[in-house]
Amino acid sequence: MSSPIVKLIAQRIALGVLLLFAVSILIFVGTQILPGDVAQSILGQSATPQALENLRNSLGLNDPAYIRYLRWAGGVVTGDLGTALSSGQDIAGSIGGRLWNTLFLAFWAAVISVPLAIILGLLAVRYRNGPIDKLISGLALASTSLPEFFIGYLLVYFFAVKWQIFPGISTVYDGMPFLERLRAIALPATALTLVVLAHMMRMTRAAILNVMQSAYIETAELKGLRPFDIIRKHAFPNAIAPIVNVVMLNLAFLVVGVVVIEVIFVYPGMGQYLVDHVAKRDVPVVQAVGLIFAAVYISLNIIADIAAILANPRLRHPK
Amino acid sequence: MFDIRKMPIGATIGLILTAMFLFAAIFAPWIAPYGLGEIVGQVWEPSSSNFLLGTDNLGRDLLSRMIYGARTTIFIAVVATALSFILGSVLGFAAAVVGGWFDTLMSRFVDLMMAIPTLIFALVVLSVLPSNILTLILVMGLLDATRVYRLSRAVAVDINVMDFVEAAKLRGEGMFWIIFREILPNALSPLVSELGLRFIYAVLFLSALSFLGLGVQPPEADWGGMVKENKDGIVFGIPAALIPAAAIAALAISVNLVADWVLNRTSSLKGGRG
Amino acid sequence: MAKPEVKQKSDLLLDIRNLRLEAKVFPPGEPPRTITLVHDVSLTLQRGKVLGLIGESGAGKSTIGLSSMGYGRGGVKITGGEVIINGRDILKSGKSGIRKLRGREVCYVAQSAAASFNPAHRLMDQVVEASLLHGVATRAEAEKRAVALFKKLSLPNPETIGDRYPHQVSGGQLQRVMTAMALCSEPDLIVFDEPTTALDVTTQIDVLAAIKDAIRDTGVAALYITHDLAVVAQVSDEIMVLRHGRLVEWGGTRQIIKEPRQEYTNALVSVHEITHEEQKPGADPFLSVKNVTASYGGGKVKVLKNVSVDIYPGQTLAVVGESGSGKSTLARAITGLLPPEEGSITFSGRMLANRLADRPKEDLQQLQMIYQMADVAMNPRQTVGTIIGRPLEFYFGMKGRERDARVNELLDKIEMGKGFIDRYPAELSGGQKQRVCIARSLAAKPKLIICDEVTSALDPLVANGILKLLLELQKEEQVAYLFITHDLATVKSIADSIAVMYRGEVVRYGPKSQVLAPPFDAYTDLLLSSVPEMEIGWLEKAIKGRRMASAGN
Repeated sequence: MSSPIVKLIAQRIALGVLLLFAVSILIFVGTQILPGDVAQSILGQSATPQALENLRNSLGLNDPAYIRYLRWAGGVVTGDLGTALSSGQDIAGSIGGRLWNTLFLAFWAAVISVPLAIILGLLAVRYRNGPIDKLISGLALASTSLPEFFIGYLLVYFFAVKWQIFPGISTVYDGMPFLERLRAIALPATALTLVVLAHMMRMTRAAILNVMQSAYIETAELKGLRPFDIIRKHAFPNAIAPIVNVVMLNLAFLVVGVVVIEVIFVYPGMGQYLVDHVAKRDVPVVQAVGLIFAAVYISLNIIADIAAILANPRLRHPK
Repeated sequence: MFDIRKMPIGATIGLILTAMFLFAAIFAPWIAPYGLGEIVGQVWEPSSSNFLLGTDNLGRDLLSRMIYGARTTIFIAVVATALSFILGSVLGFAAAVVGGWFDTLMSRFVDLMMAIPTLIFALVVLSVLPSNILTLILVMGLLDATRVYRLSRAVAVDINVMDFVEAAKLRGEGMFWIIFREILPNALSPLVSELGLRFIYAVLFLSALSFLGLGVQPPEADWGGMVKENKDGIVFGIPAALIPAAAIAALAISVNLVADWVLNRTSSLKGGRG
Repeated sequence: MAKPEVKQKSDLLLDIRNLRLEAKVFPPGEPPRTITLVHDVSLTLQRGKVLGLIGESGAGKSTIGLSSMGYGRGGVKITGGEVIINGRDILKSGKSGIRKLRGREVCYVAQSAAASFNPAHRLMDQVVEASLLHGVATRAEAEKRAVALFKKLSLPNPETIGDRYPHQVSGGQLQRVMTAMALCSEPDLIVFDEPTTALDVTTQIDVLAAIKDAIRDTGVAALYITHDLAVVAQVSDEIMVLRHGRLVEWGGTRQIIKEPRQEYTNALVSVHEITHEEQKPGADPFLSVKNVTASYGGGKVKVLKNVSVDIYPGQTLAVVGESGSGKSTLARAITGLLPPEEGSITFSGRMLANRLADRPKEDLQQLQMIYQMADVAMNPRQTVGTIIGRPLEFYFGMKGRERDARVNELLDKIEMGKGFIDRYPAELSGGQKQRVCIARSLAAKPKLIICDEVTSALDPLVANGILKLLLELQKEEQVAYLFITHDLATVKSIADSIAVMYRGEVVRYGPKSQVLAPPFDAYTDLLLSSVPEMEIGWLEKAIKGRRMASAGN
């Protein structure tokens, strides 16, 4: 491992941190666009000016925006996400368990979808322009067009209501046995998988095809290598970076897809928490959850870029 | 260009379905058998000769609401797409041709916007904005404009470095000629097919927001909102919610098929006729 | 059609009989159709002999070469005939039979070695891969043989170069490593597919000599595919001339280049013979480049160092050099696309503004440019009429019928009929596209046209036509050319004066007769001696007479 690589990776991480910082500003500004403020939201339209003023003072709303931002950002850095307006509860405390639930769901969806997508993508390349390939293209077209709730409710309608195999509402609680927990998330995990699968297959296929069209693949073919060895020895090492990129991109998709899926299955995760509090106009919660989603999204992108740097022989073996 | 006989079957179906949806959207008040908010029967009646698609959670005719819903959904999606396209492509082209600080500033800002997943960003902003159609259109249009900006800038940058643009610059041509006569004609086909994809995305995005209860507010109804209204029926085995969901899927797939065909027909910089 | 004399049968290595190759093409907006690329071509090759396959683009030479490995590139299918190697028809030997042949009996050297090596593996692993796969040798033996081959191909550090990755080695060296890779499994036949075409001329000669020695010492037979007759004359025993997928002529090398029997072969052989009477430089140049220095990246990479040249009315200055010599940068500096850091450019007695944006329209009109790739130099969405008509409109305000009449006049000048005015660039051939670009620059009635490698992308015969046209137009219009090229043969046919560039500097400059006459400086000598001549034995003479190692790599 040589120093230019370390430098590049450090740069990429620093850029990510900078981006996250900028995103936090953007989220903060995004929730300040309206003339109305939190005090108004808490007390409602009928509140007296005096009551509003008192509340503003006690919440520190009369301070300039940048002070309020610094106070908020400082809190986030030290793990204090503030208090929910609607319930008065500590946000960090409420998020803990929900974040874990969301990650649990996303993890199992990823565990199913990533290997499946890569294997199917490889098959599509191996038998390109054949029936499997055509089917994958068709599915990809369809899946970019299907709303998540269509997939979700179709699953509920058949698997939960008609055939009663899995529960249609994913209730989980502390101390739930592992297998029961898995059963509870079976349908949402399947729905999430279906949401990202076709897209991931199509992108994997494109990434490998791109490598397969390189001149060095022809060289390998003209050495008399078997098709499988060509893919294993010559295509795969060069396809790692693009495939990792595809996977990370789709995991990012998955994290966002979680929002709608959680609402469909009434699953107590971050997505549902966010949607509930947007409806209640509970700004501190929305800011905190939005920032966490953005952080996950940015981290996945950083990982993809670092994988690309590590897999590039030009960077690994400089002149 | 639109020779019907040479169209692939998929694109033909897509075109016909898209046309039907558009027709329903435009002539909704004349086609719909009942009014939008009219309660005409029992809750969740099954399909019958009176109510072709049955009734909804309040006993309103589902078919009529579907037709009115098409109008709302398609109208908002079209306006939001138009907004994102005009804004995104004008700024994208300008950034590519002007270059310099304008390009850097715009591109960094777009990078920043795109570092937050669109749905999350929309939810954050919608938590403070008033819930009405204008807000929805602005939020959707502005967020989507970042994608259009990226594409138009990339396409324009590619064309801008080609020898024929350099030749025009050497001739002494002005900015107007270079953008509208040299670059635009060659950038049109990728942008047209992108238009279709952006429209689909707008439909899906609006539906998701409405489904989450943050889009079109009752008593108005779009398809996503109708899924939300009827979703409780699912657990009783009543598929009313699946009908608007399927309509969204059908619209999106049809437009996708048409966009795919347009892209295949006009891809690459070959130019010339066709 | 000439046939070589009958030879002893046991020596026969490759026997291709009535080979037919077809491909399915998918023209946009039309149903796919099948086209025939090669029509019933037959050839034979003895053990240890070299057959040169030569022809212009589309002649089917690469396709035939690859068919000897049972391979069709990009959907090309072998639909008829037999390919007999070592006594058996490989087309009937099935997939595993063909795999046993490839990399063992027949090996391949591609045009671009840089793209043909896998960037993820060390060179040595790739060089010995086929030997290990086919069980020809153990790894230790194979590596020993590879090192010996690296030595024979005069690669630097033969012991350690195999530890490097492809991107760490230069293009000329990679081409030699690829030759070593092909030789490593001791095949009977190697297919060389334009192995030196992508290289600079002074590098080409080294690689060519290395390949020739290696072929001689190992006794391998070869199919040598190229479009350059002078190159193929150096390495082959026999030459086969192909055109549009059909055999034109086949004979011994001496016969083909000295006594061609077919008209087409004759045209290929005599292609460079344009006679151009050198004009003496006049009293005053109308364009003077004085001590120009320019760089990219804000002064970081100096690409032009203190360059001075003059151009006289109605004459041609040829700027010649290899890639990276700065010859195209000189054009960019003169046009104002890359403003010089130091020095000045005077035009008709006044200073030209450094930046393009600061130049008045009249200056722009006087100075026109023609590009290497005519395809991308014209807007694909404009008709020929618009492309040629725009300068008329823009500089002279011509409109409507007047403009169309002038466009037709210009089309006549470039020897294209009136019917072309409504065509789009995609509907023209390569040579026609370049002609339209010439017409576009003439439309401005310029004093100077900068020609940047305008014939490099064209087949020799087409390029020849373009050069003749340019010379005629110069006589008629009294236009001067700044002719940028890497090809010395072109320079000889067109220039009045010559500037030789090397690493950003003009190393030799003067009237053609002086520049091309001894005594030479070391670089010009190298450059001149590296241009392949259509002489048998030229290569050996050239290598022996060199005073300086190749300039690039």
